[in-house]
Amino acid sequence: MTESAISIRNLSKQFGDTLVLRDINLEVPRGQVSCLIGPSGSGKSTLLRCMAFLEEANAGTILIEGEPMGFVEGPNGRRKQTPAELRKTRSRIGMVFQQFNLWPHMTALGNVSASLRRVRRMPRREAEEKAMAQLEKVDLKERAHHYPSQLSGGQQQRVAIARALALDPTIMLFDEPTSALDPELTGEVLNVMRALAEEGMTMVVVTHEIGFAASVGHKVCFLDHGKLLFHDTPEKVFAAPRNPRLEQFLDTYLDRGAFLVQ
Amino acid sequence: MSFDIAVILAKGPQILAGLGVTILIWVAGTFFAVILGFIVATARRYGGPLVNLVLAIPVEVLRGTPFLVQIFLLYFGGPYIGLRLDPIAAGLLGLSVYGAAYYSEIFRAGYLSVPPGHVEAAECVGFSRLQTILFILLPEMALLVLPPSMNMAIILLKDTALLSLITVPEMTMTVSAIGSQQYAFVESIVVLALVYWGLVEVANWLGRITERKIAKLSVT
Repeated sequence: MTESAISIRNLSKQFGDTLVLRDINLEVPRGQVSCLIGPSGSGKSTLLRCMAFLEEANAGTILIEGEPMGFVEGPNGRRKQTPAELRKTRSRIGMVFQQFNLWPHMTALGNVSASLRRVRRMPRREAEEKAMAQLEKVDLKERAHHYPSQLSGGQQQRVAIARALALDPTIMLFDEPTSALDPELTGEVLNVMRALAEEGMTMVVVTHEIGFAASVGHKVCFLDHGKLLFHDTPEKVFAAPRNPRLEQFLDTYLDRGAFLVQ
Repeated sequence: MSFDIAVILAKGPQILAGLGVTILIWVAGTFFAVILGFIVATARRYGGPLVNLVLAIPVEVLRGTPFLVQIFLLYFGGPYIGLRLDPIAAGLLGLSVYGAAYYSEIFRAGYLSVPPGHVEAAECVGFSRLQTILFILLPEMALLVLPPSMNMAIILLKDTALLSLITVPEMTMTVSAIGSQQYAFVESIVVLALVYWGLVEVANWLGRITERKIAKLSVT
């Protein structure tokens, strides 16, 4: 198939009078990792949330594997998808949040198996077997019966990744998955993401981990003030940044010694 | 004049019958109030601004007027609009609707206490709105809404005493009638106070047990 996993055309979004996304055009290729970087308030999280239709854009379209997300083109112009249609389009994507958003009243296993039981209507045993396999993938099989409050931040985020993978999405969206973690716990989450990327999962990652973007990303997109300033391979973006705004942004990382691109 | 509580206690079976009516109206009224309150809170949250406004008015009126005035209006005013209810039915309806207004506010706060991200996570894995309410929102808010809900249930229990004024044969009406017959007014009031207090303590105890059970289920 030649079509992109996600294709974004002329997307604009405003909160009140503030334009947070200005005419974004972006193709997310299948089987690749696309990283969205940029300063706080640049609109990168909003762009990602639009891809999951957690935010509704004011203009433009998002196609998920060719299917419009959130809206349907009809004979009378475009209308919003019904909840059932939206669920169907959304089933292609898995979403991972900065704050994990695990459900506190369910164990790790409960969090991962909930969608299998309630949405896929699998019998409990079958759902839990499948959920257990996902937990094994993120190396948390022994913690399956722990509640989120009994897990470290890194473990919680890995459970959240397993939960998002449970329904076999073809695209995974990550919204600053390591920003709420201390540096020691960041590594275990990034390793899980790296393994997922090696399996050929299509991933879109909003991140401040420039090292991750440089080493795992196939494509790096730089946003500033709601504009997609440019996107290219990490080699090109990081090796010779010609854009003064990007250079200024990357310098802050150089200053902190976190910039490890060869 | 001597204080002799025995003259009241001698009418044990009558008092028990009144107690039965009180418990029946209280339990059924609280049950309907919780259900109706939850429906109102849910409709206000998801029904759009118009539904929210239309439901806000009765909630504010019910919370802003005395319960006694409400049951008088219902029982004595109802027949003017063709609503003829016997005292028990009027009492039950009045208590349910009055309680529902307060419970809707308790559940509204409960809804607000759940982080929006938990709902987004449910949407992203394909939960319908009803599933999100049943499997995510309700269990997550349970521990938070339980103490105010128990508190409200106790207020409703004590408010059932007012139903004696629309001739519901509940405990207050029964015991004060006995007190008048036996010329033992103060004794009857003391007995009433003790029985209500005992009931409240039982309800509190049940509430604490439930709270402990839920707390075990939902480690936060």
